[in-house]
Amino acid sequence: MTEVINGLVYAEVPSPVFKPGPAGTHITIRGLTKYFAGWPLYENFDLNIPKHKIVSVFGPNGCGKSTLINMIAGLVPIDAGEILFDGKSLKDTKIGYVFQNYREALFPWMRTIDNIAYPLKLEGKSKVEVDRRMAELVASFDVKFDLNRYPYELSGGQQQTASIMRALAPKPEVLFLDEPFSALDFEMTLFIREKLQEVFMQTGTTMLLVSHDLEEAVYLADEVLLLTKRPTRVAEILHYGDARPRTLDTLSEPSFIQMKKRSLEIFQREVRR
Amino acid sequence: MAETTSTSTPAVGTPWTPSQSAQNSGVQPRPLWDRALPFIGPVMLFIVWDIAVRFGFVKAILLPLPVDTIAALVNGLAGGPLLNDFLVTLWRTFQAFMFAAVIGVPLGVVLGSNERAYRSVEFLVDFFRSTPSSALIPLFMMIFGVSDINKVAIAAFGAVLIVVFNSAYGVINARKQRVMAAKVMGASKWQIFKDVLIWESLQPSFVGLRSAVSMALVIVIVAEMFIGSDSGLGNRIINSQQVMNVRDMYASILAAGVMGYALNVFFLMAERRIVHWSGR
Repeated sequence: MTEVINGLVYAEVPSPVFKPGPAGTHITIRGLTKYFAGWPLYENFDLNIPKHKIVSVFGPNGCGKSTLINMIAGLVPIDAGEILFDGKSLKDTKIGYVFQNYREALFPWMRTIDNIAYPLKLEGKSKVEVDRRMAELVASFDVKFDLNRYPYELSGGQQQTASIMRALAPKPEVLFLDEPFSALDFEMTLFIREKLQEVFMQTGTTMLLVSHDLEEAVYLADEVLLLTKRPTRVAEILHYGDARPRTLDTLSEPSFIQMKKRSLEIFQREVRR
Repeated sequence: MAETTSTSTPAVGTPWTPSQSAQNSGVQPRPLWDRALPFIGPVMLFIVWDIAVRFGFVKAILLPLPVDTIAALVNGLAGGPLLNDFLVTLWRTFQAFMFAAVIGVPLGVVLGSNERAYRSVEFLVDFFRSTPSSALIPLFMMIFGVSDINKVAIAAFGAVLIVVFNSAYGVINARKQRVMAAKVMGASKWQIFKDVLIWESLQPSFVGLRSAVSMALVIVIVAEMFIGSDSGLGNRIINSQQVMNVRDMYASILAAGVMGYALNVFFLMAERRIVHWSGR
């Protein structure tokens, strides 16, 4: 008789050992799991996002680019896993978020200036502090429109500029940008792209940019994060090192074209897979 | 209405003034004919009415001449007995409306911000909202007797459910992205409630208040007709009909119409002033 008596009812699964990212990692994502309607969108997803860098997220339709940054920003709950900012949790971290749809992101019952100051008021900053920060922002964004107007009285590009100013007002550690240009015309896209680059060069704020336009994604990026179809994994992370400030001439540099070509190849390989 | 947006939020810095270009650009003065358009309907009605009476298509005992009716209306409202009944009805409608607004808006906003709470009373709200309030007049007579309070109470009851329903749905259907925007900036539940949800619910609340005041007026008029009353437009209409004083009856009906229309316009204007971002 080789019957096992009082055998194990279940097998203990050892929890994976936490492996920190390389030096300079800002956001550490480990074992991220998210199901949508019973299907895995992310399963055991690991990622290191470097500090003081702009990371562009690019991938096939429905791979969950926006969902990824929304999970990191705490707007979409995760099913399992861990996301740490310099080892801290989200609630100890100041973040800024710029939505694609600026119309439904700003508060139309507040004047634009009050919209921008709102996150500072949430922090309980005094009037003097708020005013000083507002003056700083207005100067660094070189604002040419009247901030005492209501958002609906401004053009789309002006509203998105205000959204970015609002996101940057509390000096966030990380700035999330969910397709910030896709509701704008080309002229405004160029303008805001330059503003973002300026802000980044001044402050070095870590930025996570979701884009559906490859040129945009590469232009601003230090790293291009290419994702696969669902269940989503990292297809490849490309490093793009052209010096800043990048200008319209950068768009015709061989290194830029090479980077775009490489990204597109990986993208197409993943779409066809 | 852009020049009247100086309410709600306190201004930071200099107050905002409307730009000239936004006001005048591309707006050509409308021809006189276009501006006269809204008057064509009423004038035609008066002509048809006049002809019908003058040529005897309708007996004068059922329908007085429009000129006589208007004269009775103007004389009555300019200090005549009609004015007193008009004011009594307006006062009752106002009281009923105030009850409905003061109870309904906060209740609706609170219910709406707790969706589970709203779901648990949704059927009751919908059921009694759909029940004709006039069907409850006898019930209210049993409770309040044949009094002034009765008329106000039943009108307030009919109006409050409309307000609750609209305010609750205003909060429930608040733009999710604005709530997310506040959340990502670190707003607490209470801050989201007072800085986003309440504001988002303002526009639907106004729709509710406007429907509620119309409902209150309807019920007050009905109650004045049938719940032993000695004043109010409803009472005046039915008394004139009993003694075949048709001129006074039509004048009272028109006075009720004037009140209903004016209340509606008043609320539309207040809404545009307070909810200045609506539809933009």
